[in-house]
Amino acid sequence: MSSTTLNLASTPVPRVRAASGEAAWVRVLLIAVALLFLTLFLFVPLVAVFVEAFAKGWHTYVEAIADPDALSAIELTLMTAAIAVPLNLVFGLAASWAIAKFEFRGKNLLLTLIDLPFSVSPVISGLIYVLLFGAQGWFGPWLRDHDIRILFAVPGIVLATIFVTFPFVARELIPLMQEQGSEEEEAALVLGASGWRTFWHVTLPNIRWGLLYGVILCNARAMGEFGAVSVVSGHVRCETNTIPLQVEILYNEYNFAAAFAVASLLAMLALVTLVLKSLVEGRLHGEEAPQSFERSDA
Amino acid sequence: MSVAVARNISTKNRVLPGFGLSLGFTLFYLGLIVLIPLSALVWKTFSLSWAAFWHTVASDRVVASYKLSFGAALIAAFFNVIFGGIVAWVLVRYRFPGKRIIDALVDLPFALPTAVAGIALTTLYAPNGWFGRYFEAAGIKVAFTPLGIVIALTFIGLPFVVRTVQPVLQDIERELEEAAACLGANRAQTFLRVILPAIAPALLTGFALAFARATGEYGSVIFIAGNMPMISEITPLMIVTRLEQYDYAGATAIAAVMLGASFVLLLAINLLQAWTRGRVERT
Repeated sequence: MSSTTLNLASTPVPRVRAASGEAAWVRVLLIAVALLFLTLFLFVPLVAVFVEAFAKGWHTYVEAIADPDALSAIELTLMTAAIAVPLNLVFGLAASWAIAKFEFRGKNLLLTLIDLPFSVSPVISGLIYVLLFGAQGWFGPWLRDHDIRILFAVPGIVLATIFVTFPFVARELIPLMQEQGSEEEEAALVLGASGWRTFWHVTLPNIRWGLLYGVILCNARAMGEFGAVSVVSGHVRCETNTIPLQVEILYNEYNFAAAFAVASLLAMLALVTLVLKSLVEGRLHGEEAPQSFERSDA
Repeated sequence: MSVAVARNISTKNRVLPGFGLSLGFTLFYLGLIVLIPLSALVWKTFSLSWAAFWHTVASDRVVASYKLSFGAALIAAFFNVIFGGIVAWVLVRYRFPGKRIIDALVDLPFALPTAVAGIALTTLYAPNGWFGRYFEAAGIKVAFTPLGIVIALTFIGLPFVVRTVQPVLQDIERELEEAAACLGANRAQTFLRVILPAIAPALLTGFALAFARATGEYGSVIFIAGNMPMISEITPLMIVTRLEQYDYAGATAIAAVMLGASFVLLLAINLLQAWTRGRVERT
């Protein structure tokens, strides 16, 4: 008697669970397929960069990175990112403030236009600056008369980098600020804070992790951009070579060990980016849902 | 009284300062960095004669590059839907050691500069490379053929599918699956009739995003492609080739075709995303 009640009570639940989950072999198979795919397509290429970089030993590695061409490429890349990232950061703040805090006509069009650089091929991102500043371009003759170099020089590289990294901060901040609403800012203003003070002490602390997230992504792309920069650079050694362009030159010279040594710097940048990104992501979820602790209590 | 005031404030939404400044700067910067340069491309396109435009855009070598770029991007996006879908499923539904690391690794193609990905994949799949030697033994050439391009584009597109499908899968209510099971559906039926319809819009959006990115991709492809005319030249490379010959008109014409294709894709993606949101909100 007692065994029948036990049966009635215990069998239906596992049966439903079994039916709403996969058989063990299916789970194992799916995990195996996913891991194999990620290993072959993501992990092995990443490892290959470091293995090839050290293939000829530490000495070659250090020599390749300490090479004057490589050092000047590193310097140019750092400088480009140091200009492009803060500019796009200021833009991201302005755009998200305007879009998230106010209602106006044409907002959807504006959002689409902000995303535009993401849907344009990197090569086209470079080409548009060639058409503006090249010898046959809109401003080409004027620039030549005044002896200003933009194309095949550092300003062109900076401009192309700004273009390809344009949406990163803005598209991170807009949804975040929209979700947070503007009650806190309104309260600060009612209590007598000025607009800037409200922005610094209320808005900025609320969005800091989202801001950092956008900056991390923006920086990774700014330092690693290849297509757009390659079109506007002109590949002048020691002058207009960024790290990715230096990698290309070394690789095309069949100097593989040096190419991978310089490339390993960018791979390390990618790893640091991924680590920071997943650290910030945890914090960001707290920011997105400020009242989440209340919800989980309920 | 105070409620009425508060409501008035929130509907008008103009108590906050800085609308003119922030919108003004946004429009100024957008115009300077994005709109003026892009309009230079449009203007240059319209200054070409139709005959010159058509001569460039419809030449055999360029048409072969469209077929390759769009074909390879289509195949790569298809791979990404299948494997990206499996990766997203495994990450959302199962527990296994190293899951957090794997989850972070999915974003590697976003973080790793394309040129680095390009030379790494080329070295792996070259005839004497880690993977290439086994393909070579089987009589298959991967690097310097269209197959190599598909591999590079699969690498580039993977996170788009995983990151689009993952949140949708997370939001699916397990009760629906349990209900299906209680009503007598087996696991395969539940997957096909309940889960797949719910994630289909996200899969399609991921497909479109990966496809759009792959058609314009340059850095990771040019190393592995081999760049043989009519066989393994992608469309962005055709633009670069024209530019290297200072043929700005030719480069512009090809770029205009690509830009047109991207706009159509962008429109499709926006519609798909609206559809995905609609689905999620209804469930």
